[in-house]
Amino acid sequence: MTETELIQKSIYLRRNLLKYIYMAKAGHTAGSLSCVDILNVLYNKVLNIDPENFTDPNRDRYIQSKGHSVEALFVTLADRGFFPESDLETLCQYQSHYIGHPTKKVNGIEQNTGALGHGLSICVGEAIAAKYDQKTHRIFTLLGDGELPEGSNWEAFLAASHHQLDNIYAILDYNKQQITGNNKEVMNTEPIKDKLEAFGWAVKEVDGHDLIALEEILNNGPFESGKPSFIIAHTIKGKGVSYMERNIKWHHGVPNPEEYKQAMSELQTADTLI
Amino acid sequence: MELGIREEKELKAGQANQVIFSETLQELASSDRDIFVVTSDSRGSGKLVPFGVKFPKQIVEVGIAEQNLVGVAAGLASAGKKAFAVSPACFLTARSLEQIKNDVAYSDNPVNLVGISAGVSYGALGTTHHSLHDFAALRAINNLTIVAPADNFETAQTVRLAAQSSGPVYIRLGKKPMPFLNPENKSFEFGKGRIIHEGADLSIIATGETVYPALLAAKMLADQHDIQATVVSMHTVKPLDKDLIEKLATNGAPIITVEEHMVNGGLGEACASYLLQSGFRNPFLIMGIPDEYTVTGSQEDIFNHYGLSAYGITIKAKELIEKN
Repeated sequence: MTETELIQKSIYLRRNLLKYIYMAKAGHTAGSLSCVDILNVLYNKVLNIDPENFTDPNRDRYIQSKGHSVEALFVTLADRGFFPESDLETLCQYQSHYIGHPTKKVNGIEQNTGALGHGLSICVGEAIAAKYDQKTHRIFTLLGDGELPEGSNWEAFLAASHHQLDNIYAILDYNKQQITGNNKEVMNTEPIKDKLEAFGWAVKEVDGHDLIALEEILNNGPFESGKPSFIIAHTIKGKGVSYMERNIKWHHGVPNPEEYKQAMSELQTADTLI
Repeated sequence: MELGIREEKELKAGQANQVIFSETLQELASSDRDIFVVTSDSRGSGKLVPFGVKFPKQIVEVGIAEQNLVGVAAGLASAGKKAFAVSPACFLTARSLEQIKNDVAYSDNPVNLVGISAGVSYGALGTTHHSLHDFAALRAINNLTIVAPADNFETAQTVRLAAQSSGPVYIRLGKKPMPFLNPENKSFEFGKGRIIHEGADLSIIATGETVYPALLAAKMLADQHDIQATVVSMHTVKPLDKDLIEKLATNGAPIITVEEHMVNGGLGEACASYLLQSGFRNPFLIMGIPDEYTVTGSQEDIFNHYGLSAYGITIKAKELIEKN
């Protein structure tokens, strides 16, 4: 996939996630727009996984700790061929497996997540098992900045560095906003880089919407042998739709018909400008 | 006359179930490199120091961090390891309850959750260290087998079955040495209560470390009051052995349940729910720790205070029979 195709893919995924959120009249819109570039790069440039053989024990693992941004994950998985995209027409409907958080009933999903602060501990277990079995696959997780105050994350940060799990890559979708407002006003977690370094992680920062930079950083780890890698991906909540960007009302806002039309039109324009 | 749970004459002495848990796990690990133990600074109290010496790569220390303990165990299980997460029951089943619900049960990661020093084993350390809520909390979570073995035999069998289980299991262990309760009965499977003693006048359904005083009570009832009681070790609190309960209830004889747990939401209420909904109206009594600030003292003191002793169960059994 060329650089241009990768950029086009991000726009396509944005349009799709908006489409299914609009159809379902539910979803975590702005957070999905914030992390979808990271997912695009992971699934198309980084993860060693095969939709036809998802249970391969040597596959890279991706566990989405910020489970509520599942719409970004669903459209990415569908695009990668894990299931037909038309399945997403049932999003959040009665008895659909495509619910508001990741579940293993959907092909391509590693763990049931949704309650915050859980993903990284599971990664630690997966990473210890991989080291023990002398396997070389990598374990990725995506953390939301709003979930950082969960104490369980900090238990897992300690354990990952204590056990020298340099096969773990934790990516922070750092859009700096959460449901109540700005992280800094809700619960300040800065300085994140200093904190993670003090916890024994190797930390790098990246523009979380720069697909090439993301690919470069995610494929060139571990950043330091014997240390887990932490990637602070600076993102914009609602990225790609002008009126949603940095506007907290779109945390789980669903566009009305006019708003939807405008959003799709903006993304269409962005696509033609590539 | 106060007859406590130490009043034992004929039963063969055993060790603490926690010791047997560790020994059985070591035996399994010697031929299974996928057995893993995860501890939260709990290898000493879990009697797992020898396991750590023999299998240093199969024990994972997370420090005093019970949420991470369960999450890490879920990750290990997801990667195909037979993970035993070991921590005092009071912390394991409260502090990590969300990890148990989501990362283990809901996610179907077959972790074996081992709650050590359960119930009031920690006695005088107080309520912070008691687990009188764990049956209730875990019974309300789908996809979890709950087992409280009564003696060393049941403990060893529980650990062997748990290691092979395709689903998650909660194993509740105490720290008091337990005698072998019915060495002749070699049957053991999850979800099937184990008959320890048989009698037609009354059934005592107990679990974990209360099976022993229940058995002593049955002997006392027979010797002093000519009342013949059946004693069941209902080691599996969930799924409940409904067939056995129905069999016990069919003759209309009174039923007493005994547990080292608050009377709310435990074995007793599970039995009551089944009996009532199945149309049985046997005289029925739940014995456990009442819904109050728990008295302080040793485990034996607390058992005696609340009548979870041979004498206490005998008195209540006699009352229940006389009233009906």
